[in-house]
Amino acid sequence: MSEALPVAEAILTDPPPLKKEKPGPLEYMRQWPLRIIVGLTLLFLYLPLITLMVFSFNNSRRNIVWQGFTLDYYEKAFNNASLAQAFINSLTIAFLCTIVSVILGALAAVMLWRFRFPGKTAIEGGMALPIVVPEICMGVAMLVFFARVMPWPIGLPWPLNLGAITIAHISFAFPFVATVVRARLSSFNRELEEAAKDLGASEWRTFWDVLVPHMQPGLIAGALLAFTLSLDDFVITFFTAGPDTITFPVKVYSMLRFSVTPEVNAASTVLIVVTVILTAVGLQMQNKEPKGEKA
Amino acid sequence: MEQTWKQAKAAFAAIAVPPIGWLLLFFLIPLAVIWAYSFGENTGPITIDFTGTFANYARALEPLYLEIFWKSIIVAALTTLLCLVIGFPVALAIAFASPKTKAWLLLLIMLPFWTNLLIRTFALIAVLRENGYVNFALEWLWNNASGLMTLVGLQPLGEFEPLTLLYNNTAVVIGLVYVHLPFMVLPLYSALDRMDRSLMEASLDLGAGHLRTIWAVVVPLAAPGIASGILITFIPALGAYLTPDLLGGTDSQMIANVIERQFKRANDWPFGAALSFLLMYLTFIAIAVQALVQKRAERRG
Repeated sequence: MSEALPVAEAILTDPPPLKKEKPGPLEYMRQWPLRIIVGLTLLFLYLPLITLMVFSFNNSRRNIVWQGFTLDYYEKAFNNASLAQAFINSLTIAFLCTIVSVILGALAAVMLWRFRFPGKTAIEGGMALPIVVPEICMGVAMLVFFARVMPWPIGLPWPLNLGAITIAHISFAFPFVATVVRARLSSFNRELEEAAKDLGASEWRTFWDVLVPHMQPGLIAGALLAFTLSLDDFVITFFTAGPDTITFPVKVYSMLRFSVTPEVNAASTVLIVVTVILTAVGLQMQNKEPKGEKA
Repeated sequence: MEQTWKQAKAAFAAIAVPPIGWLLLFFLIPLAVIWAYSFGENTGPITIDFTGTFANYARALEPLYLEIFWKSIIVAALTTLLCLVIGFPVALAIAFASPKTKAWLLLLIMLPFWTNLLIRTFALIAVLRENGYVNFALEWLWNNASGLMTLVGLQPLGEFEPLTLLYNNTAVVIGLVYVHLPFMVLPLYSALDRMDRSLMEASLDLGAGHLRTIWAVVVPLAAPGIASGILITFIPALGAYLTPDLLGGTDSQMIANVIERQFKRANDWPFGAALSFLLMYLTFIAIAVQALVQKRAERRG
């Protein structure tokens, strides 16, 4: 459905295509009232995050006044075994979720883009459902599903014990991937596919050597989206996590319930830095157009 | 041209079965189970009978729960409105910035969107709480103002009373705006960026002011973008769980918090299931309204 498209488009078109610079009255960014609004908005968005990061280095438990630089809380966070385990769990789930979501999302996109088949509208609507259904509804559905319909065996070795959470994450992540990849596919020139087939390439060869390279920027954007969606998710995980399968957000949540400690600041800073680096790498990869291809 | 599935049955099956199968097994079946539960009854601590009763829905329509639904709608609508009021000028500024500034601003708007929701909410707590940074700044201003007043011979202002910015409805709205602002800015930006600028120039040339041009030319042209921005802000805000849970007080519970309680503490799954489906129906109504508005706008345009 079209709701997710603007976001997907904005992601895909970043950085935006170069336009001729137009001097004159339309340069709103050069006018001070809008500059102030943009500045205040960015301040509103970033001030809380920056203070959180800065005060993770603060040498004080009360967390309010700057008392000097320390790395104590990082050490404590790293030595907190359950926090570290939660962090590793989160990254593992996000990684597994990304791989499966990219495959399923790409297949779904190709299916909807390429074929006409009975019930297509229904399938399209079904694929959009995980995007629009409120998280809480999906969370409770997963809770009931894994409690009554398909209980996930307890006591499996790591990482198999993370299966229920991973499955739930894939269910909401792969439709996003499908949306992004489908937007990319719409710019594909189908004659290329026919040409490959005329030249004797098999169905599989054509898919792998012609279609997949074209999809690549969409696949990377989709992977990035799936990874962050999984890493970010709290609500659905909260309902599928067991006592020994805690993810980072769920752990931070339970820590917050007791008290706000600088340890949480430190752990959060690490996660923010990880996300920013991954985003930067992803955007960089996405900006590299695959070789030998016309836009 | 699209191909019919009959032309390449094997390829179609290979492509279609995994995603459709996954969707069916791990999404539609769980939802169907919840739907079935919403017509069931608790008959024991863990047994639920599917009796086909409407009692759960009837209970959800009692004034107590109706009020929570209503409140969730109001909070989500207020959040959406604030996001629109803040987001529109920001999107406008980004759309008309130089290409380099534009890329940076887009990245800056999107970066919090990639950051963990829980961490962002937690960061907001540190800013808003009684001994947080907002109150710190206010106290500093207050004390300076007080000092100034004694300097000019007036009565000092007295002791600073920190504002209670957390654990109330205001905090929930601030938190929801904080979290959902990028959702609003991005679709607005992509609509404004695609707009035909010559119409704005014409309007300005013909003597309309900037505000008039924006109101009479830009807003109608960007209407589809505004509509989708409103929708993708309103839907997650309506179903928000974390923000009211962490930033709200006892009276700022939204519908998602009530649903959570039915499934965890109250252990009344059938009632929780009915509430979930009512929330889902509300979401679908919002989507339908948006589609209708969009269609009408297209016909007029």
